[in-house]
Amino acid sequence: MQTQPYRTRSISIRKFLYILPFMILLGVFAYYPLYGWVYAFYDYMPPIPLSKSPYVGFKWFHSLVENRVKIDQLLQVIKNTFGMSGLNLLFSWLPMIFAIFLTEIKAVRFRKFIQTVTTLPNFISWVLVYSLAFSMFSSEGIVNGLLKQLGIIDSPILFLQSSHHVWLTMWMWTTWKALGWSAILYIAAIMGIDDSLYEAAHVDGATRMQVIRHVVLPSMLPTYFVLLMLQIASFLNNGLEQYFVFQNAFNKDSIQVLDLYVYNLAMGGGSYSVSVAISMLKSAISVVLLFSVNGLSKLLRGESIV
Amino acid sequence: MSDSAAELTTHEQVHQRRIDKKVNYQVSATDKVITVVIYTMFSIFAFICVYPFYSIIINTISANDISARGDVVFLPKHIHFQNYLDVFKIPGLGNAALVSLGRTVIGTALTVIASAFLGFMFTQEDMWGRKFWYRFTVITMFFSAGIIPWYLTMRSLHLTNNFLAYILPTIVAPFFIILVKTFVESTPKELQQAASIDGAGTMTIFFRVMLPICKPILATVAIFAAVDQWNSFQDTLLLVTDSKLYSLQFILYNYINQASSLSTMVNLQNAGSTAMASLATKQTTTSIRMTVTIIVVAPILLIYPIFQRFFVKGIMIGAVKG
Repeated sequence: MQTQPYRTRSISIRKFLYILPFMILLGVFAYYPLYGWVYAFYDYMPPIPLSKSPYVGFKWFHSLVENRVKIDQLLQVIKNTFGMSGLNLLFSWLPMIFAIFLTEIKAVRFRKFIQTVTTLPNFISWVLVYSLAFSMFSSEGIVNGLLKQLGIIDSPILFLQSSHHVWLTMWMWTTWKALGWSAILYIAAIMGIDDSLYEAAHVDGATRMQVIRHVVLPSMLPTYFVLLMLQIASFLNNGLEQYFVFQNAFNKDSIQVLDLYVYNLAMGGGSYSVSVAISMLKSAISVVLLFSVNGLSKLLRGESIV
Repeated sequence: MSDSAAELTTHEQVHQRRIDKKVNYQVSATDKVITVVIYTMFSIFAFICVYPFYSIIINTISANDISARGDVVFLPKHIHFQNYLDVFKIPGLGNAALVSLGRTVIGTALTVIASAFLGFMFTQEDMWGRKFWYRFTVITMFFSAGIIPWYLTMRSLHLTNNFLAYILPTIVAPFFIILVKTFVESTPKELQQAASIDGAGTMTIFFRVMLPICKPILATVAIFAAVDQWNSFQDTLLLVTDSKLYSLQFILYNYINQASSLSTMVNLQNAGSTAMASLATKQTTTSIRMTVTIIVVAPILLIYPIFQRFFVKGIMIGAVKG
């Protein structure tokens, strides 16, 4: 009887040892980069290594707001971030509507075709999206070629170099890429609606719009709520790729979101320490946002989302 | 495999029945108007989704001078395939294709194995610290140090200009682990228990019992992982300056910004080797860029229609919280 607990324990430890190498990988690639935050407290100038760089405390954090020019620049970046994340948030109900109306289509083949075709853009990279955009909308692109052929314009319209409506065009590309794919979760929610609800609605003589309004929409709201909360939690994380590839000298002021600004500061300007300081603030705010929406979800639905 | 196919059909039958019920409304004049509006809107959006791909494909196989005039709109004109032969004369493109292919094959294989193993191990209730390590894994989906801290630490690990930088960080992928774990939990526990009574150890149970059962979900993981690897651009942008390690995505990005010099170069090569290229096959900035675009997007366009149901399945299982 003495050996039994020992044996169980050794199996339990051995099982852990099997996953240990993977946990180390995770530690190195997901947790260790957090150590990179220390660069924010040093005056780091490559190629001088961190160990020989002087410790400067919160200098870089102060420097973000030390003069009018820097404050204005940061404010512009924050405005862009809020503008583009805000637009995405404002239209976050689009995939839900897309799913509702897609499942209104009775013809199986047509519906499948639409679903297949509209989810395709989700699987190409932003570089490819940009390449498609360039082929369609550059000064020698297909759209300008067509417009010239038709005699509508004489000189090409510079769609991509424009500094106007950048937030809107970026939102349009995001929607083009993601709308069909985001709708899939809602389609799944619609498929989960019990038949009897529809039957009851039909017995009561509900019209098409009434069924959508009173049966379909309420059963999708939980899904919508969770996705909305997650979207709010990642409000500051626009990602780098989309804005990086679409960035050019003309639209730079209105396209720089926090992620791109941080990249440009470090890789373009060599200001690693400042850039890490901004990264840190951004991550801190994101964690606070995540906990807030999680708390909100617990309060409203009695269920956490993370 | 046949089981999962059967399962899919029944699912689809249920879906179809549900849609029939949902659409089983009283037919009024307004309903007909709504139907027309719905069909029109979806057709327009589908067209917008597909036309960019289609238009670039027909332009790359049309005579380049006609294409440059903007004359190729719905059908290709004077079909030729010289563009596709010519782009491989650009130095570095073949190498980039190998890099992309290499990282996709190796990266995907390792990610699938690791996801399968960890997804299975996290269901082993007698593992030491199981709950803690599972949380340790999953929580990494919700925070990140940021691009630059990540870059600086990768550099300190000597993972710049290193092929391993494409592979190592992607091996442990929390989302895929959740997918597999959810799947393993849905299989009957008796299978593992029976094998265990027969004297099978953890590894034997994993390789002999679980791995074959998990095939459908692993196919899903493989497709997702492969698309991620193929599309990856940011890691090359940040970590690679050695042109031997450029991926196709990165090279495409460079071409968009500097295709004019490349077209001149290809034309010079052609002029040297054969007779003067005719206008129809003479490379222009646009023809080079479009042709490379199609080469980079082709694998996605080819596998996507075949594996679409795996993608859909993946996101639906993922939606059931892990």
